[in-house]
Amino acid sequence: MTATVTAPTGASPARRDHQRPALRHRLAERGIDRTLVLLVPGVLFIVLLFVYPFLYGLQLSFQPQSGGGFLANYKAFFADPYQRNTIWLTLRLGLPAAVLNVVVSVPIAYAMRGAFRGKRTLTTLLVLPITLGTVLTADGLLNYLGPNGWFNRVLTGLHIVDQPVTLIHNYTGVFLSLIITGFPFAFLLTSSYLSGIDPSLDRAAATLGAPALQRFSKITLPLLMPGLAVTFCLSFVLAFSVFPSAQLVGNPSGSTHVISIAAYHAAFDQFDYSMGSAVAMIMAVVMLVIIGLVLAGRSRLYVGSTSGGKG
Amino acid sequence: MDTPRFDTLRLDGVSRSFGEQNALQGLDLTINRGEFVALLGPSGCGKSTALNCIAGLLPLTGGSIWLDDQRIDGLPPERRGFGMVFQNYALFPHMTISANVGFGLQMRKVGKAEVARRVADALRMVQLEDQAAKYPGQLSGGQQQRVAIARAIVLEPPLVVMDEPLSNLDAKLRLEMRMEIRRLHQALGLTTLYVTHDQEEALSLADRLVVLRHGLVQQIGSPEELYTEPVNQYVANFMGYRNMLTLDVEAGGAGTPAGGTVRLTGSGVHLTGCVREALGGGPAVAAIRPDDISVGGAPENGIDVLVEVVEYHGRELAVQGRRPDGGTIHFRTDRPLKPGEPVTLTVSTDRVLVFSGSTAAVPEPVGVAA
Repeated sequence: MTATVTAPTGASPARRDHQRPALRHRLAERGIDRTLVLLVPGVLFIVLLFVYPFLYGLQLSFQPQSGGGFLANYKAFFADPYQRNTIWLTLRLGLPAAVLNVVVSVPIAYAMRGAFRGKRTLTTLLVLPITLGTVLTADGLLNYLGPNGWFNRVLTGLHIVDQPVTLIHNYTGVFLSLIITGFPFAFLLTSSYLSGIDPSLDRAAATLGAPALQRFSKITLPLLMPGLAVTFCLSFVLAFSVFPSAQLVGNPSGSTHVISIAAYHAAFDQFDYSMGSAVAMIMAVVMLVIIGLVLAGRSRLYVGSTSGGKG
Repeated sequence: MDTPRFDTLRLDGVSRSFGEQNALQGLDLTINRGEFVALLGPSGCGKSTALNCIAGLLPLTGGSIWLDDQRIDGLPPERRGFGMVFQNYALFPHMTISANVGFGLQMRKVGKAEVARRVADALRMVQLEDQAAKYPGQLSGGQQQRVAIARAIVLEPPLVVMDEPLSNLDAKLRLEMRMEIRRLHQALGLTTLYVTHDQEEALSLADRLVVLRHGLVQQIGSPEELYTEPVNQYVANFMGYRNMLTLDVEAGGAGTPAGGTVRLTGSGVHLTGCVREALGGGPAVAAIRPDDISVGGAPENGIDVLVEVVEYHGRELAVQGRRPDGGTIHFRTDRPLKPGEPVTLTVSTDRVLVFSGSTAAVPEPVGVAA
């Protein structure tokens, strides 16, 4: 008796299931499932430590301490040649340093792509500066390249120069520091992009009659270019936000008055956090413009698979 | 360098070692113009090493390679001018199909119009003329392999080397491409050196086979020679002699030279076979191919088995039978046998090949249809 009563009520949800799949299945079809929960800590982390401070700084930059409309900080920055020039000074350091790091890393990584004795030792030596940090590098540069450092003593001792050459507390010092700390990074990235290119492509090109230079320019380089673009962007971001070495081995109030120093001055010497935020925002925009240009160029390249087929 | 037509490619004691390990030891081989030679052996036998040495991708540690009377083993690959087809195709992913095929011609500074004409010809040859503007990633595995072949043959090289070109294809496509390679070879008369671990592939394609083991040549011969007259257990095993019975030589049989007949016994089996390898005093191995066994028939070389496993293969059945002593016998028959049925198998004396030693010396069977 009870069975006949419960049967219809039991059947109706079953029929509804048949017409429409369960919510869980419909979500899964759109790629939403429980594993997405794993994203929560990461997203929370980024929101709390990056998105919130960024938005806070952004709105702060539109509330100038000295009044005068919400764009007053930006107007002041671009009206003052000393401030305005920091963009140019930073680009003048960051762009050539990033280009040089990437360009130099390519032949070295290319030469080191095969297996050879001592490869690990050499790689360690090349990558070691990354562990030193900018302050230690700056300290070393000051000692080594300073007026009484080894380098100048050797040059004067050999009578190559009469007066010690000035390599620190100027543009050169900061540039060298950017190369020393930036190269290992560019080299590691370039190496990993290179190792992703199927070595049989090079061999195939060789059997087809291409000498080494042609194999590099026609096969390896085109496949490496998208990776080099990304390497450049990251190297540039590192170099553009230069602060410690500009302060320590540069001329922070003159030729290496870079934009991060300007932001620091505004915020922590003049206690104008609003202005400091505005300078930081300008810095971010300049970086985004450069990266945007490079990535736009990258999208015109071949960016597909770097393997020669099935393997 | 455009290599002129040649008559023979001669390998003279070609050796390659990696540290202590000898990957290839003293390979002597002469390939005549227009010939299709297959290097056959399981992985690690040295066949790919041999191929890479010939293509110039790996320097030799001994011996020399001659194209007629010109020594070429010192030349880099780009100056040997051999066409190579790689196992993973190695197509340039950033170039269109026609650019891939035209790459070698471009490197040889062939004029634009001629490049276009020859690329079109080569693509027509492999039936891909309508795919010329696509990129390798847009093609299927079989099509990619065809492009790789077109890229190698468009240069009309004196020698085409192929490194397991079919191993990445599925079974059906593999059969099709095998035909295709044979057809291209017949149509163009290209001298081809083909490396494979698949005996069926080697037998069906090659004019001559070279069986390698641990870097040493085991046998060189026509498919028929290798198929019917393997020189040792290893080659026999590779050529599909699936039944390998370790038996004792009956009194008076020890010392029988190759070519003689000998009686073997053991495990409840008595067999008379042809000696292929001079027998010592120890045990001998009788190698029998499943297709050479018949059910019933003449009473010579009778083996009693119980049918255990029956596989349907269309016209024939592939059957595993169990002998009274517990060993297995594989055979093929068109009789409708059922598991559990007792049958008497026979095999003619000249199809029982007798080698010295025991089966313990035989390498593990090689996976053929991977």
